[in-house]
Amino acid sequence: MARTFVMEFERPVAELEHKLESLKRLDLTAQPDLAAEIVALELEIEKLRETLYSSLSAWEKVQVSRHPERPKTQDYIEALFTDVVELHGDRLFGDDGAMFAGLATIGRRRVAVLGHSKGRNTKENIARNFGSPHPEGFRKARRVMRLADRFGLPIVSLLDTAGAYPGIEDEQRGQALAIAECLATLAGVRAPVVVVGIGEGGSGGALAIGFGDRLIMLENAYYSVISPEMCATILHKDAGRASEAAACLQATADDLVRLGIADEIVREPAGGAHRDPEVVFEGVRDAVTRALDELADVPADELVSRRYERLRKTGVYTEGD
Amino acid sequence: MPISDWFKAREAKRYVTPNGPVDTSDLPDGVWIKCEECRRTVYQGDMESNLQVCPGCGAHGDLTAADRIAYLVDEGSFVETDGSLGSVDPLSFTSGKPYAGALEAARENTGMREAVLTGRATILERPVVVGAMDFRFIGASMGSAVGERITRAFELALTERTPLVLAVASGGARMQEGMLSLMQMAKTASAAARLSEAHVPYIALLTNPTMGGVTASFATLADVIYAEPHARIGFAGPRLVEQTIRTGLPKGFQSAESLLAHGMVDAVVDRRELTERVALTLDYLGSGGE
Repeated sequence: MARTFVMEFERPVAELEHKLESLKRLDLTAQPDLAAEIVALELEIEKLRETLYSSLSAWEKVQVSRHPERPKTQDYIEALFTDVVELHGDRLFGDDGAMFAGLATIGRRRVAVLGHSKGRNTKENIARNFGSPHPEGFRKARRVMRLADRFGLPIVSLLDTAGAYPGIEDEQRGQALAIAECLATLAGVRAPVVVVGIGEGGSGGALAIGFGDRLIMLENAYYSVISPEMCATILHKDAGRASEAAACLQATADDLVRLGIADEIVREPAGGAHRDPEVVFEGVRDAVTRALDELADVPADELVSRRYERLRKTGVYTEGD
Repeated sequence: MPISDWFKAREAKRYVTPNGPVDTSDLPDGVWIKCEECRRTVYQGDMESNLQVCPGCGAHGDLTAADRIAYLVDEGSFVETDGSLGSVDPLSFTSGKPYAGALEAARENTGMREAVLTGRATILERPVVVGAMDFRFIGASMGSAVGERITRAFELALTERTPLVLAVASGGARMQEGMLSLMQMAKTASAAARLSEAHVPYIALLTNPTMGGVTASFATLADVIYAEPHARIGFAGPRLVEQTIRTGLPKGFQSAESLLAHGMVDAVVDRRELTERVALTLDYLGSGGE
């Protein structure tokens, strides 16, 4: 499949693919050796890609998580859920396309779904503000959290945002408060909350819908207190040192499992989720339904207190002496 | 200076980076200091007796956590809790200034173990759980230890059913502890939600600066929010906002006064009237209307 967007670290693969394309355009009947050469090259490409993807650096994973062809919240909703009822608006000011909220069915369970919504093309991205919510997005999410709480619907939340939008009006309309209220509300939802990091997990804007009873991370998703670029800018006044910052921030799926913040990783094919979305959808469906099954029989009070205890255990500090 | 540089300099001045209070401990008594705002020369003793508010222009100088608490609560009433709780370097964070060294330096410079002080006290004889953050300590950023101390303050207020008063200042989440810091937002917000559900009053005082992950968690979940005059309060840093929107920022952007105008805080309160205001507010919230 022809790719329009090539990440720097994938250039060797892209060059071989380019060669393969030109070979395929030649007349095979005139040169019978070519067929064998094509097969060999295809194998070589697959091998190189697997080698590359078996040892991606943190910064490379961040790039994969931002790949424009990577499956978005909308793709997961279409692939994993049926009978989807999207719910719009925060009942205060507006409707934010950067945040999906709705009711849906996964397997045999009826749930509420939240998700940062990046566009799949430029037009969608403009409508969805590239997946960076305004306060209205968080307030819509909070409204649906309360709905889920009142009617005992589990929440499935999909994370994919660079962060809350840092605009003038966003500040004036209380971006910080909108996020804080999401956190306080999510803490008390008397139904299971299952979170899936499908792409970018940018800071407070991700956290607003990004904690609960289970955190499932895609292999190349990241979830960080600050973007590597911004971290590098603050530390070195040089966004170009993002690679170093990304490694220090320890925000990959593997890091988060090691730190006890994430529970499970869904593997991606070599080349990233966009190279074989169906496989990834299947992995996410399996992980989410398993988590929902495990949490289904936990009494609501118990769920809420376990969620609190889970947070209470997060953090490393010393005490005494 | 070429005219373009002059404009740049003017631009640059709009971002006031808050500094810690000037360390004057090694100066003899009776020195004169210059107000950062009105450039007036003020007798240091006058600043002290005026709670570091300039007698000339009313500008509110930055305070250490210890001074903040001393100005807010009854003399000698503060008893610290969780004072031995401090940060470690869980990620061995070495990009830029190594975190372990930054912690060491902050402890040395401030004499504090972490960026927040919490404890029990009385405000005009009303028992409270109180906390104050100190910007000198790594920008009063919230890592695991700050998050834990704040959470315990919420829990203490809850178990003893004693009102909580927090004087907040912070640059946001402490990036050197990565996701452990981000999760402190969820932790403190959850603790705030529990206190709120139990109908125990929580008053927040937002001071200069209150930004990022702290504004977006426990700081704004208070029953009543007061702000200090001219304090910068917001989520995204002003530089980031300006880069994003690619135009100038409006006058007074993210100032306490602008937040008041936009309905985000209950009142802007002069530091010299704060203790009475907090006491009165506590009386209403704890009265049950009687």
